[in-house]
Amino acid sequence: MSTDTATPARTSPPPRETRRPGRLRRSWDKHWYAWAMVAPVVLVLGVLIFYPLGRGILLSFTNLTEANQLAEICSKSITGTEVCKPNPNAWEIVGVDNYVNILTGKVGEFWQQFGVTLLWTVTCVVFHYGLGLGLAVLLNRPMRGRGIYRVLLILPWAVPAFVSAFAWRFMFNEQFGLINSLFESVGLDRVEWFADWKTALLTAIIANIWLGVPFMMVTLLGGMQTIPGEQYEAAEIDGATPWQRFVNITLPGLRSVSMTVLLLGFIWTFNMFPIIFLVTGGEPAGQTEILVTGAFRSAFEGIRNYSLSSTYGVLILSILLVFSVFYRRALRKQGEVW
Amino acid sequence: MTMTMAPGTTAGQSTHTPQVNKQSRAKRSPLASLGLHATLIGASLIAVFPIVWVVLSSFKPKQWVQSSELTLVKEPTLGNYSYVLFETNFPTWMLNSVIIALCTMAIGILMSATTGYALSRFNFPGRRKLMMVFLVTQMFPVAVLIVPIYKIMATLGLINTHASLVIAYLTIAVPFCSWMLKGYFDSIPTSLDEAASIDGCGPFQTFWRVIMPLARPGIAVTAFYTFLTAWGEVAYASAFIQTDDRFTLAYGMQQFVPQFNAQWEYLTAAAVLVTVPAGLVFLYAQRHLVSGLTAGGTKG
Repeated sequence: MSTDTATPARTSPPPRETRRPGRLRRSWDKHWYAWAMVAPVVLVLGVLIFYPLGRGILLSFTNLTEANQLAEICSKSITGTEVCKPNPNAWEIVGVDNYVNILTGKVGEFWQQFGVTLLWTVTCVVFHYGLGLGLAVLLNRPMRGRGIYRVLLILPWAVPAFVSAFAWRFMFNEQFGLINSLFESVGLDRVEWFADWKTALLTAIIANIWLGVPFMMVTLLGGMQTIPGEQYEAAEIDGATPWQRFVNITLPGLRSVSMTVLLLGFIWTFNMFPIIFLVTGGEPAGQTEILVTGAFRSAFEGIRNYSLSSTYGVLILSILLVFSVFYRRALRKQGEVW
Repeated sequence: MTMTMAPGTTAGQSTHTPQVNKQSRAKRSPLASLGLHATLIGASLIAVFPIVWVVLSSFKPKQWVQSSELTLVKEPTLGNYSYVLFETNFPTWMLNSVIIALCTMAIGILMSATTGYALSRFNFPGRRKLMMVFLVTQMFPVAVLIVPIYKIMATLGLINTHASLVIAYLTIAVPFCSWMLKGYFDSIPTSLDEAASIDGCGPFQTFWRVIMPLARPGIAVTAFYTFLTAWGEVAYASAFIQTDDRFTLAYGMQQFVPQFNAQWEYLTAAAVLVTVPAGLVFLYAQRHLVSGLTAGGTKG
């Protein structure tokens, strides 16, 4: 935690407490500039994230769609006056029906998509972290051309995600894609990448690994540079092998960076919309949809189903919240307060 | 094969010029050196190759783009570029994207810097909760927020405006950037703040005159991140923008992907044109990336 110029938060009352105006006043005097500094962000997030979230939670208990959202149906009569009568099929509150339908598989393919999402997320994050760590270790050494290697290796990050998705889709094209042409030129068979869910998912995973390694590499590289060089010198004098130095100095030194980027990486990959959407497009037959793209498709194709999309959203959010709560608890058990 | 770093190598310094330590390089065996460079060259090739391939393809005429014959460049032509630049609304889209990305960048830097500073320096009530909220906002699937946000934008009369996109992109970028900058500010000693306040600076002045200039690497990374977020986003753009003259590049490019017969030759050229500005911002920010990004992680 940072060293703070103000006293700990515990001693000052929450801002809404009005019974003791003296302390509220003091709290306000002390903290008004801090609140002023965060106010714009809180306002924007409140209006554009938490209001929609609250609305979404409410909607998930209704059956609102594009077709039944009007409470009244109005039609012009021959004389030109408008006649309105209540919509017989207007939306209504349906309780937990949406959740039951999704979780029992009556609507959509929740469990299959959940499985694909887990496979996708875990594979991507493991490779992101492993490759990122490996490259960071290599780049952290003094050597010729380090600056050039670093720029080249970070380059994929500078490419907008939809462009990378498109570039990989182009290279994996079944008729004229580069990968198939290469396969053919070395005597292998062409692969129909998008005919089987395994190879289709593989193309998306490769694209996403390519895309995500630079972020991990850069954060870990920076983390390594905060480890004091004396520790390595001392270890070297004690005769530690490079591997021992890596395990006993580098990895512990990277612990807190790693924990943060792994959690962020998990969340980002879990919700990685453009890669799946543009690279596989769910082919074949929706078998490579992850939860986010699946939600988008079942909710927005055809008649827009607002309540269904909200239910998916609440479910995805709940999964990630549960995951991060357990993640933090596991960290805290090992003495990491974060 | 040694890890001896020059003592006192701070994150900031070593990102500029790699401090080549002659002594330790001499200690590395030639074989290890070869392995190291071979691995890095291989990795760099994989990193760069897809980009190079798209660039090469963008100079090929249609029949060679869609051919399974392996050619680097055959009958090179600028035809794809001239089509994209002169026969479509591409320049207008580019202008829209530049405006939106720059606005997002400017406002995003300002908002996340003030927020990050407040989070780093003041222990105000609600501080920890705000940090948690930032993490939670990363968990919202954009695809699901689109419709409610669309309704809000419609209520505010912002549909089909640049402002709607700038606001939406800020909600994506600012939480992460605030978090990252908070970590960066944490690495700047508070004694500087104290000195400034003894000299009579208020908190806002301290922030603006003392801390902001010192936080340039962190700011550069924020600039890069916000710019890239706004530059490459498709989902919100496709929901909020309705007329051709307001399209962003990312969304406009979808025009080249009709349902069945994708026009790959134009797509490749457009992809290159889209990537160039992002690449320029990257080149400006890259020297700061290592030091600027990590502080956020170490102190998160």
